[in-house]
Amino acid sequence: MNHATLAIDFIANGERAHWHDAALWFVREKRDTAARSLPEWEALRETASAVKAHTMSRLAEYLEQFERQATKLGAKVHWARDAAEHNRIVLEILQSHGVKKLVKSKSMLTEECHLNPFLERHGIEVVDTDLGERIVQLAGQPPSHIVMPAIHFKKEEIGTLFHEHLHTAAGASDPNYLAEAARHHLRDKFMRADAGLTGVNFAIAETGGCVVVTNEGNADLGVSLPKLHVASMGIEKIIPRAKDLGVFLRLLARSATGQPISVYSSHFHGPRPGGELHIVIVDNGRSALLGKKHFQGSLKCIRCGACMNTCPVYRRSGGFSYQSTVPGPIGSILAPARDPKHYYSLPYASSLCGSCTDVCPVKIDIHHQLLAWRREIVDGGHLPRSKRLAMKLASVVLRNTWLYRSVGRMARLSLRWMPRFVVYNRWNTWGRQRDLPPMPRKSFRQQYQERYDQPGRNPRGDS
Amino acid sequence: MTSRDEILAAIRKHQPPVREPPHLDGAWTIYSDRLAQFASVLAAIGGGFIRAADAARADGQLRDLAVYRDAKLIVSTVSGIGQSTVDLASISDPHQLETVDFAVLPGQFGVAENGAIWVTDRNLKHRVIYFIVQHLALVIAADQIVDNMHQAYERLTFDRAEFGAFIAGPSKTADIEQSLVIGAHGPRSLTVICLG
Repeated sequence: MNHATLAIDFIANGERAHWHDAALWFVREKRDTAARSLPEWEALRETASAVKAHTMSRLAEYLEQFERQATKLGAKVHWARDAAEHNRIVLEILQSHGVKKLVKSKSMLTEECHLNPFLERHGIEVVDTDLGERIVQLAGQPPSHIVMPAIHFKKEEIGTLFHEHLHTAAGASDPNYLAEAARHHLRDKFMRADAGLTGVNFAIAETGGCVVVTNEGNADLGVSLPKLHVASMGIEKIIPRAKDLGVFLRLLARSATGQPISVYSSHFHGPRPGGELHIVIVDNGRSALLGKKHFQGSLKCIRCGACMNTCPVYRRSGGFSYQSTVPGPIGSILAPARDPKHYYSLPYASSLCGSCTDVCPVKIDIHHQLLAWRREIVDGGHLPRSKRLAMKLASVVLRNTWLYRSVGRMARLSLRWMPRFVVYNRWNTWGRQRDLPPMPRKSFRQQYQERYDQPGRNPRGDS
Repeated sequence: MTSRDEILAAIRKHQPPVREPPHLDGAWTIYSDRLAQFASVLAAIGGGFIRAADAARADGQLRDLAVYRDAKLIVSTVSGIGQSTVDLASISDPHQLETVDFAVLPGQFGVAENGAIWVTDRNLKHRVIYFIVQHLALVIAADQIVDNMHQAYERLTFDRAEFGAFIAGPSKTADIEQSLVIGAHGPRSLTVICLG
């Protein structure tokens, strides 16, 4: 895959790309207002980052403690090395309970594992119940954003989709009307579901509890009507103590949407009376990422999406151009960790402006990691041949003073008289969206000499 | 080797050197008037607020609410506030609560910084009641409001199989073009009743 190529269609519709950009910037600004309302914001970020760093340094111990505590409360804990094992475990749990209809709340882990198509192949109806996720599910798409899965959709398109699937009035596009239709549609699904599946925002080692956060209340409806609750979590969701949540819940919603807290922060400790709670702990590449010194910090991520909302590249290229469950800056670290050859272009989908790092609530040094990934990609030989050759050529020129000056002279001369179609040829990808600046007649070195290498003058002016 | 042991072994192999956990007692914001702060954040997140000296007066104010007056099926587990028409204890299947219009339930305490209320399912037969009703009222004592989430967790212990949640305002979504819609799947309104 190539990010730049995949973004072409998105960018081609300038008006729409601008609309997408503005929609995300609106969320970024709400985040700023929320962050500024707390004088201790930076201390919170610092603390959250330190809690995560500590957790990672004792992750195995905390996972074992979590398992012990959760089991004591009556939950059943399962372990999955990879996506296939996760899906198999979930299917076995569902089949052994005769589940035909499953309602899910938002879980990027199950997206990562492609759980839905797997369960559907085994005859289980899967309904995503987060409104945004339901929209993309009806459209046959993956989410384009981890917090706002349908951020790329216009309300008119959702109206058309709902007209087709939920039989809303043709041409209706009022968000209140459409959300009301979805409410009826999904409440019906909740009533008929045999089991509910949720992700996990935080798993507390000390108590064995899982915390799930939503605004709609869909997770709670999904797991409080049927008797069976399956919770899927990555190994990095562990936090040591319940009181750590005081820090994380203050940061999460403010960073994600600018709310002071999400509407529902539900703490599940054990199954409800007469019910069952199964917790599936998934590795799927995370323990390997823990071993990568430069990138282990990316496991601190609490999936707030703030880095996406602020990223000038994400906002202007859309979530689908990343072809990864988690897109945007943090996704551009996580995806190459999974498959550097396939995702080689993602670390380049960044201007390295550092805005992602500035907003990250757990202080992941995102743009530094993106730069580090570029080095890995080059060292691993994952760049396409054209890029490799160009880099090699540049390296030769830049290392040789004489060659560097001659090439500069040639460029200054030739670019002035060469016809446009020669300069803006098909290999000049840089020149596709912009013009080269006018060539100066003299090099920097020449101009410098003329200005300062005269008697009585020097660059600092302290003659 | 089981998957569990394999995962734990891989983690142990890759774990970075031990880092000490940070202390959590920072200079966190506190408020001179917690109740006023709570009420103002609650209004901002779409919640309603009733302040009453006692249950009888709260009950009177509740009856002034159109959504309460229009409610046919009502569950109240708070004595003196709201008139139950459905007996929660007699319901065996939580699905039967689908048609409940209004519920009045106790909250444990409120959080001034974000307008959230802590609730649990202790002594509550069906936890789904918090989420499935059309309109919800939570009752707390006016002096049971903490400043911030750090104080909130100092009050909480998790030593038994129990459900607990912070509820902050009515169910909502902004998944259609970032337009805020109140009443996504859960309660279309949340009223907090502060007693005392």
